[in-house]
Amino acid sequence: MRLRTFTKASICAATTNKSLDTLTQVRRIWKPIVFLLCLAPALLVVTDAFELTGRLGANPVEEIQDRFGIWALRFIMITLAVTPLRRMTGWNWLSRFRRMFGLFTFFYVLMHFLTWLILDQGLLLSAILEDIVERPFITIGFVALLLLTALAATSTNAMRRRLGRRWQTLHNATYAIGILGVWHYWWQVKKDVSEPLIYATILAVLLGARVIWSQVHKKRRRRAARQKPQQS
Amino acid sequence: MLIKKPADIRPSEITSEQNYLDRRTFMRVGALVGGSILAPSAISAVVPDRRGTKLTGVSKSSFSTDEAPNSFEDITTYNNYYEFGTGKSDPHENAQNFDPLPWTIKVEGHAEKTGTFDFEDFIKPFDLEERIYRMRCVEAWSMVIPWVGISLAEVVKHFKPTSQAKYVAFETLNDRKRMPGIRRGSLDWPYREGLTIAEATNPLPILAVGLYGQVLPNQNGAPIRLVVPWKYGFKGIKGIVRMRFTDKQPLTSWNMAQAREYGFYANVNPNVDHPRWSQARERRIGSGLFASKQPTLMFNGYGDEVAHLYKGLDLRRNY
Repeated sequence: MRLRTFTKASICAATTNKSLDTLTQVRRIWKPIVFLLCLAPALLVVTDAFELTGRLGANPVEEIQDRFGIWALRFIMITLAVTPLRRMTGWNWLSRFRRMFGLFTFFYVLMHFLTWLILDQGLLLSAILEDIVERPFITIGFVALLLLTALAATSTNAMRRRLGRRWQTLHNATYAIGILGVWHYWWQVKKDVSEPLIYATILAVLLGARVIWSQVHKKRRRRAARQKPQQS
Repeated sequence: MLIKKPADIRPSEITSEQNYLDRRTFMRVGALVGGSILAPSAISAVVPDRRGTKLTGVSKSSFSTDEAPNSFEDITTYNNYYEFGTGKSDPHENAQNFDPLPWTIKVEGHAEKTGTFDFEDFIKPFDLEERIYRMRCVEAWSMVIPWVGISLAEVVKHFKPTSQAKYVAFETLNDRKRMPGIRRGSLDWPYREGLTIAEATNPLPILAVGLYGQVLPNQNGAPIRLVVPWKYGFKGIKGIVRMRFTDKQPLTSWNMAQAREYGFYANVNPNVDHPRWSQARERRIGSGLFASKQPTLMFNGYGDEVAHLYKGLDLRRNY
């Protein structure tokens, strides 16, 4: 995550050099493209509302809320997929997109929450507070939103430097957010859990990959530690 | 109070292309409504599309609400019918090629008249009435729907239940070839519902066979479904193939699936929340993006007609 340490001067230098190095390419070309792609589902909600691209159907409030919710889930999965994918492929440039994906997760969760707050509940404070306190699946979703807000607020390079080692500890909450998100989805469906099950499976694979990775590394380190005294 | 002012959306405007009935379909309407018997062999060669067929001889009902009905499109593209999938638009998408006819209904149990009846014969003795009812889904959305149907009370009386008959149980068609949602095993098929005899002989419930003056669309439960306006929508069992008079409270599908969340009675009640969401307010479909939810009424506003059925019953425990 050194991206921000590139100075304007260095980029200009790279551009004038004509052969853009990978990081600059990522920053100047791929990042804007990926950003627009990430924004597309939200734009589609707006154009569908005006029936330019599609329709929101008989219950538009529910449709908007569901779309933002499902994209929030997809983005937490995408964010969590970055590290395992980078380790598998060796494509280290992937990590340059991790913050963007994380912030889009926050964006879609926030939009999902605002749709519920404004369009569904109509800003009726008593009903909102009652729902957050009394409906477990809403409580879970709300906790995930609070965690995400903390992560989004500390996502800048400056905050990362200031928090030092505590930054990583705090940002491990991403795993908890993934679990809370799937749990929230699972609890709100009436009966057919086949779709939540898909997300639960993906999440299990993504978190499982990390467990396996750390186990393998522990073993390697231990083996290395054992081999040293034998050699001496 | 006769309700039907010129309807906001006339059926003829909604299904323009379907109104040009071909001769075969027209003949079939005659068979359905007029009661002239058309030998099944005469129509089996070509399967006519009965969708959009107009029903005739439909009288108005004083039980109808004067609230504006939802559009034909809303009613037919947004509903639950798990036999055709669990998504709200699944029934519309997956029931298009479902041809309900020929259809038989088996009547059995504690009644003097029992047997298996062809759909047309089953409904023939009864008057077709338009009943514009509020429909409140357990998922906290609602519609106003202009059904066409026959009085369930009349149907029950017609089969002469014996003194042992305390309940009426219904079952939906369970055909995994024609109903793609059944393969997914989201519920324990066949779909089952039931009412007490007192509920079934109340004047409000109908067996609906039409919508907006036309034959009932497949996705809404063709050819025949139950409508009980003071209960949550899931009590309105669709595609009925069996009707049984029983002495014991029958099993009902959602109660079997999640007894803590869905009871046998399932009366609309703003004071008893679903364990996972509030039932105090409801979203009226078609009210627009920025409309607020409206308060849910006790017994969905049909308390004058049905509250007496539950005197002395703890509605908090018998949800």
